[in-house]
Amino acid sequence: MSAADLLGAVTLAAVVFYALLGGADFGGGIWDLFASGPRAKEQRALIERAIGPIWEANHVWLILAVVVLFTGFPRAFAAVSIALFVPLVALLVGIVLRGAAFTFRLYDGRDPVQRAWGAVFSMSSVLAPLALGTAVGALASGRLRFESGVPAGGFMAWLAPFPIAIGLFATALFAYVAATYLAVEAHGALRDDFRRRGIIAGVAVFAAAALALALAHGHAPLIFAALTGRGWALPFHAATGVAAIVAFYALSTRRVRLARAAAVAQTALIIAGWGASQYPYLVVPDLTLANASAPARTQELLLWALGAGALLLFPCLYLLFRIFKGDRPFAIVDGAPRRGAR
Amino acid sequence: MTPRERLAAITFVAALRERRYSRAVSDLLWARWMMGTSLAFHIVFAAIGVAMPLFMVLAEWRWRRSGSDVHLELAKRWAKGTAILFAVGAVSGTVISFELGLLWPRFMEFAGPIIGMPFSLEGFAFFTEAIFLGIYLYGWDRVSPRVHLASGVVVAVSGAASAFFVTLANAWMNHPAGFALVNGVAADVDPIAAMFPPGWAHEVVHVVISCYVATGFAVAGIHAWALRREPGNAFHRAALGVALGVGGVAALLQPLSGDFSARQLAVTQPVKLAALEGHFHTERGAPLRIGGLPDVDAAETRWAIEIPAGLSLLAFHDPGAEVKGLLEFPRDRWPLVVPVHLAFQLMVGLGTALAAVSLAFFWLAWRGRTGTPLLGRRFLTVVALASPLGFVALEAGWMVTELGRQPYSVWGVQRTSEAVTPVPGLALPFWIFTAIYVFLGVMVVVLLRRQIAHAPGGGDAPASVVVSGGRT
Repeated sequence: MSAADLLGAVTLAAVVFYALLGGADFGGGIWDLFASGPRAKEQRALIERAIGPIWEANHVWLILAVVVLFTGFPRAFAAVSIALFVPLVALLVGIVLRGAAFTFRLYDGRDPVQRAWGAVFSMSSVLAPLALGTAVGALASGRLRFESGVPAGGFMAWLAPFPIAIGLFATALFAYVAATYLAVEAHGALRDDFRRRGIIAGVAVFAAAALALALAHGHAPLIFAALTGRGWALPFHAATGVAAIVAFYALSTRRVRLARAAAVAQTALIIAGWGASQYPYLVVPDLTLANASAPARTQELLLWALGAGALLLFPCLYLLFRIFKGDRPFAIVDGAPRRGAR
Repeated sequence: MTPRERLAAITFVAALRERRYSRAVSDLLWARWMMGTSLAFHIVFAAIGVAMPLFMVLAEWRWRRSGSDVHLELAKRWAKGTAILFAVGAVSGTVISFELGLLWPRFMEFAGPIIGMPFSLEGFAFFTEAIFLGIYLYGWDRVSPRVHLASGVVVAVSGAASAFFVTLANAWMNHPAGFALVNGVAADVDPIAAMFPPGWAHEVVHVVISCYVATGFAVAGIHAWALRREPGNAFHRAALGVALGVGGVAALLQPLSGDFSARQLAVTQPVKLAALEGHFHTERGAPLRIGGLPDVDAAETRWAIEIPAGLSLLAFHDPGAEVKGLLEFPRDRWPLVVPVHLAFQLMVGLGTALAAVSLAFFWLAWRGRTGTPLLGRRFLTVVALASPLGFVALEAGWMVTELGRQPYSVWGVQRTSEAVTPVPGLALPFWIFTAIYVFLGVMVVVLLRRQIAHAPGGGDAPASVVVSGGRT
């Protein structure tokens, strides 16, 4: 495995963490938008409590992915920044408005102000994953072609059915993991609200995945071929399917911690599967890990820096979740309910 | 084709080329405006994110040591303010990290592998900052006092570390190192050497100190204004003490760091120094010009107060030293002399004024110990008026270094016009982001005003208990 491959794997891992953590925060915003029923207010309050202490840390995974990309694969970063200018600007607008609106709502107690910021918060929470998913879908679609660094297909090549299907898929996926997290953090009737939402979002994930796969046949042939043809593909799909079934089963039988773990596994497998099916391309089909690479010395140093950083980072992250998400922040089995823990 | 038709065709093609050229030029300008606006906005929140956690931790520490409830209240209020400002800083910083590629893809393609190291380390500093700020803001009643205070310290340290790493990248743009240029491509890349280019120390020190000066004076000014109305308010007095204490020390250190910078600049970027000083002709015993307006075509700076041999003395610590003038360099390597000179004069002038206010403060505080009333109304007015000056100086200093590096994005290696994206229509995203920034800026002011308006400490009213995380 070359330094470039390893760095590619690290980038993919950062994307997985971003989806599972930052993505779930966007998912929380989506459930804020769809808060309904007699407990709409409690739903919103739970989302706010769940996201509050951690969203800024979760957001840094995206920054890390960007930094690794431009340090380790500068050609790909430049090409992507040019060809995906429009969806990336949309993503930024979503990120800025989501973060600002969430904070402003938290610190201004007046009711009409809260409602206004709540609307901005929840709508930008839909915009950001939609834009991010569309950008990722465009990378895989093979529609971004470059001739001496300039996009041959123009600046709107990303606007096509397959990328947009991936945008919808990402939005559904983030809502789905968020619902399983929130079900763990809620109690009583509120927990049932989010269990039900988890099941609905799970169905939406399945539908979006089916749509994306159908479109991939014609619109992202390389990915489609890898997903259906490569040796690892079948066991991979099987594992993802098992995780999905376990998640559904656990959601409907109130085993919320198990459901959360299964949803996490499912999401990680889906993203890893995307990465594996796209390997060795960063941007299909012109840019690969090898031909977009920075000098080897840079990549090696970056790997060392990331390794050292991880040693610092993971204990700190554990501390954060340990403080705000209870005694067993990542447990799979539901223990005796502990009163007082949120 | 008749001669007339041919002429018409040539004219038409020329007109097309002209249009494409002018479009490219205007997109370059929009890209620069967009980057400049984003940075000018972000830099304020970034500086606050560096300094504010220190203030908040100092206030908490004083409360833990002395049990003074006013300081507890202060720590909690400042923590709320920090939460709001840090959130805006975090998201506007994300915009910057993307904009580097969206607006300057060729710059990132070239520079990414060389200066990626400080950016990745900054990523981890930002991670720790965000994690422990979360613990600090929401953990008042969830972690032990010691862990809580330590979390605040980690936030303050990692905030300063972030500024340190990011400024290293900027120092490299000003004085690129750690690679060899072979046919326009970087070879023999040494990211460690690139991380510490010549002159990194002075820029990093200057920037980090500026965060404490600007934030300290901004905060002190707000509380000084409140004290003018309510002279006895213990809450505002405590706040003023911490903010002006830190800001004042920083403001007194800053001229020293500025001197260090100027001496470095004289060696590493002489053309920039010449532009800063409005210095056109190479001469020994060069005078220091205070104020004045450079006339680029006449190659002279008019209406300046000149201190004989002052520039030689400051730049080389030798009154007879030779200082290179702008005319020493080809015209196309000059930065924008007039704005750079004016921004520099503004920065130095304001920095000097703030240092003077700090001196007065420490003098008054020292005298206050012997029994005279601490701070009079007149001094409070001065501090209140000085409130925005630190940030004005910081922005001016940033313009000095960025405009002073033009026309290059990487000094002497890559021109800004070579770095820009081919994406057309950059005016639209510029206006979108500018509108968002204006809107966010107004909202932040409104929110902070509400926080300050309900400040306690005015005698009999008991300090209200503020629940962690901002919900009361």
